[in-house]
Amino acid sequence: MSELRELYQEVILDHNKRPRNFKELDPHSHHASGHNPLCGDKLELYLLVENDIIKDISFIGSGCAISTSSASLMTEFLKGKSLSTTKALFEHFHDLVTGTEISADQLEELGKLAIFAGVQEFPARVKCASLSWHTLMNALEAPEETAQTE
Amino acid sequence: MIDVNKIREDFPILSTEVYGKRLVYVDNAATTQKPKQVMDAIQDLYSTSYSNVHRGVHFLSQKSTSLFEGARDRIASFINASSSKGIVFVKGATEAVNLVASSYLEPILSQGDAILISEMEHHSNLVPWQMVAEKKGAELRIIPLKENGDLDYDALPNLLDDSVKLVALTHMSNSLGTINQVEKVISSAHKLNIPVLLDGAQSIAHMAIDVQALDCDFFVFSGHKIYAPTGIGVLYAKSKILQGMQPYQGGGDMILNVSFEGTEYNDIPYRFEAGTPNVEGAVGLAAAIDYVSDLGLENIDQYERELTAYAYEKLTAIDGLRIIGDAPNRGSIISFVLEGIHPHDVGTIMDMEGVAVRTGHHCTQPVMDCYHIPATTRISLSFYNTAEEIDIIIAAIKKVKELMG
Ligand SMILES: Cc1ncc(COP(=O)(O)O)c(C=O)c1O
Repeated sequence: MSELRELYQEVILDHNKRPRNFKELDPHSHHASGHNPLCGDKLELYLLVENDIIKDISFIGSGCAISTSSASLMTEFLKGKSLSTTKALFEHFHDLVTGTEISADQLEELGKLAIFAGVQEFPARVKCASLSWHTLMNALEAPEETAQTE
Repeated sequence: MIDVNKIREDFPILSTEVYGKRLVYVDNAATTQKPKQVMDAIQDLYSTSYSNVHRGVHFLSQKSTSLFEGARDRIASFINASSSKGIVFVKGATEAVNLVASSYLEPILSQGDAILISEMEHHSNLVPWQMVAEKKGAELRIIPLKENGDLDYDALPNLLDDSVKLVALTHMSNSLGTINQVEKVISSAHKLNIPVLLDGAQSIAHMAIDVQALDCDFFVFSGHKIYAPTGIGVLYAKSKILQGMQPYQGGGDMILNVSFEGTEYNDIPYRFEAGTPNVEGAVGLAAAIDYVSDLGLENIDQYERELTAYAYEKLTAIDGLRIIGDAPNRGSIISFVLEGIHPHDVGTIMDMEGVAVRTGHHCTQPVMDCYHIPATTRISLSFYNTAEEIDIIIAAIKKVKELMG
């Protein structure tokens, strides 16, 4: 049960029950849809980017606790961050959930998102945790595209 | 009578542990575990009789050929086909459907024709028909699903007419457990001379199949869902229909004479079996059929019904648990959702308790859409499951609720 408690921490359960920034953003400058065909998770991600800074970010959709809380925590965390920081965070987050080693500094930069380290122990759930991030990258690169996790 | 403790000894994998817990394997609709008898049959083939089939005069080739053809005969008698000529070996149910789509339907399908399937089909009995329909400008018609998980048979008269060239229907739903009233559909279709394909992927391991009594024109199933190896499956077709069908793939074994001017095709069923076939798969399938026949399909059916009823009773007593599909005639498959908890989370937590369930849309997205849910958790039982395992499953579900609070 201890790995499960690691995975389903209070913060994750809380963000699953009451996702933050759970709305359509109007106006927005970027939008992408994410879909994980394996488990049916779907999400829509909206961004308002001004001068390379994420002014606002939100999402709607349905998914498991891991994907919903990951999206919720991600939106909370990225508000006010620059696009270059965001891209670096994506790399760190990806390494974190896939169990690739990251430095103490990088872990520190991930702040609250470090709680997703528990996902490492559950390879089948990596896609859930990273769906919102892949969707984010798609929105930034090619607005109006559907992201698929692998 | 099913002596479940004795049966479990035949399945070595059932006594393995996962995460230090006893394995509770209830994902039998996805695939079944294999008894020693099946492993032994394959081991025996490799140790004493293995060679290529239909190709050589030497001793081993003859021995392999007779085991391979013996397996075909065994399958024919198991589903009561009138002749072994109607048994085509394929990879599985999916390939069988594709074979019928391209060798039977495509050549006779024209623009404006229709194919009738149902809303509860597995994607493998849906996408191949959609593909030929698109290619030929034909229409894909759907028998709708009712709220209780039964098909809406009242819709049939309006859906069946002369433009329908084939009906393809699942015998038993892999996501809802519904056993369809296929006799009703077959007799309605036959009144208009429309042939019917039954997808027996889920029914084959759970009830006695008599293709002559059913009077279906095609029946398809996969070996791996009836305790046999992966990579072997069966297309049964009425010989008269098979005789008129185009070859599926070209290659060795499906020919009588080849020259650069042209090729004379082999007789049925070999015309549809190009290349070296899955000999060990066929031998394993025959052994699996012997195994379930020895237990007796009636005994299996009765045992699984009782176990399913027990699971159903225990599950419905759980607060916030909703069973998806409640048709009066159902097999040993139960799909459910837990209020406020996504099936993917349910699956992970149950897995940590040693319980192997399937979560997702089960390759039946239209069914999920019909119920407005993204996915379910599915328990699918076999004759090797026990009431004690049901209790472990119930405890695991309670743990899910506790953890996800
Ligand atoms: C009802 C049904 N039809 C067809 C199939 C496809 O079987 P296979 O993947 O073995 O070809 C399945 C398997 O999941 C099934 O449940």
